[in-house]
Amino acid sequence: MTAALALLCILLAGLSLMAGPVWLPPGEVLAGIAGGDGTAAIIVGDIRLPRTALALSIGATLGLAGAALQGLVRNPLAEPTLFGAPSAAAFASAIVLAFGGASALSLALPLAGMAGAFVSVALLFLVAGQRAGITVLLLAGLALNAFFGAATALVLNLAPNPFAALEIAFWLLGSLEDRSVVHLALAGPFMALGAVLLASQARAYRALTLGEEVAASLGTDVARSRLVVAGGLALGVGAAVSVTGAIGFVGLVAPHLVRRAVGSDPARILLPAALAGAALLTAADTLVRLVPATTEIKTGVVTALVGVPFFLWRILRTRRAEEEA
Amino acid sequence: MSGLVLDRLSVTLGRRPVLREVSLAVPAGTLLAVVGPNGAGKTSLLRAVAGLAPCTGTLSLGGDDVKGGPSGSRARRIAYLPQRSEFAWALGVRDAVMLGRLPHGDPFSGATAEDRRAVDAALDRLGLAGFAARPVTELSGGERARVMLARVLATEAQLLLADEPTAALDPAHQLAVLGLLRQVAAEGRVVVAVLHDLALAARFADQVAVLHEGRLTAIGPPDAALSDGVLGAVFGLAFAHATVDGRRVPIPLGPRR
Repeated sequence: MTAALALLCILLAGLSLMAGPVWLPPGEVLAGIAGGDGTAAIIVGDIRLPRTALALSIGATLGLAGAALQGLVRNPLAEPTLFGAPSAAAFASAIVLAFGGASALSLALPLAGMAGAFVSVALLFLVAGQRAGITVLLLAGLALNAFFGAATALVLNLAPNPFAALEIAFWLLGSLEDRSVVHLALAGPFMALGAVLLASQARAYRALTLGEEVAASLGTDVARSRLVVAGGLALGVGAAVSVTGAIGFVGLVAPHLVRRAVGSDPARILLPAALAGAALLTAADTLVRLVPATTEIKTGVVTALVGVPFFLWRILRTRRAEEEA
Repeated sequence: MSGLVLDRLSVTLGRRPVLREVSLAVPAGTLLAVVGPNGAGKTSLLRAVAGLAPCTGTLSLGGDDVKGGPSGSRARRIAYLPQRSEFAWALGVRDAVMLGRLPHGDPFSGATAEDRRAVDAALDRLGLAGFAARPVTELSGGERARVMLARVLATEAQLLLADEPTAALDPAHQLAVLGLLRQVAAEGRVVVAVLHDLALAARFADQVAVLHEGRLTAIGPPDAALSDGVLGAVFGLAFAHATVDGRRVPIPLGPRR
């Protein structure tokens, strides 16, 4: 399953390098990657390669974060927004867009986004306390999430001019358009560090299958795990959101897509979920380039449009299983 | 003394003392039953010994202080079976039992021969070998209870703490589980089991500890610890008695006059 997903990611990445206003055959893509100064090399090297790499790494971060969070809170419905970090990152970025005079591609944006994510995690543990149970932590995260959502709406509301408001609104939809290698260099290390932190708690997710109390009796420091996961989320998802804007549902859907094939072990699912997230986001980001429209459709719109029906289908299945039992 | 020794162990929840200066010593090879009315502090006692509730006093196992020690080594020496089993994910039976090996390393990323032997032995002991691949979520309550017991056995800890291991089991399984716990203790371990069924405690335990309002009211062989005087004072009930395998088994009758 993991090998198949990895292969799928490679194929989709290849497709993503080929697709766009100028359709490049595989040969030219390879030649472009190898270097040179032709048009193909510029399109592949400067535009599509960073975009594809970002789609893969951000998708993987979201998928991994979803699987990790589901393991931590022992609930298949958990997703990266639960702790409020993504909405805080979006809020901070919106402020920069509205009042900082920055464009959607400026580097001030990811920096502000990551700062926002960190502030939200600090607030989370300040409110909930370091040894808080998962319910208190989730409630605090929910409150922060709602607060930063409302604050973002307020920024939109107070935007100095309609253009700024429009730019924020479009940015919030989530897109990988025109992102450069600088974005990758900026967010990449944070996403990598976040992934390391999230994956380092694999043993804890396993132990937590039996509940927090048994996990503790098995030698797991549950409070420490929570702190590490929240930190990993702020780093990884904060960096991801600050580059792309809000990309919904990848974090929720990716673990579900692979759970049936990989089994329920909350640790064994981490890598496949990351690969599924990478494949999903790369596919969505390629799709938006193939749809003929005057304005490019935002990637975040497509992921949510695919995500919500899946979510409903999942609820229907749960309902059916309950009715049969 | 190579077994479990508690000295003035106290637990306070919020401001309410739930366990007050409990001192007891049980040698290795003992099945200790802990009985008492609801709210007597039985679960608090187990949680404190398992390192899950902050406590004062001292706690030693095999001569070593296990209260302060690192949680990893304590987890290898003390296995805890809570009252209710919880499975967040539909793990297979074998994987669920394998969780009991987590204190020894991460068996999933590389099970040692020792891990596999311990898991196989635990599965065999509970008659679960044929179920190994079944998801735990598809099992009956009794089967799940056996999986959880196999999980704590797989740890092969010196001290096994079981909170009402017979709750929700039919009589045949109750007898089987207690027979097994007695066997496990006889291998040179200490087993501490909270039991509500006084008859089972009297029949299977080597020692019985009676808790009442957070205090240890009596401890000793079943006949002595479960005397009419103690039972009457603690439960407020009158008891009849049956004799099974030479042991005096109390049967609650009704409020004491």
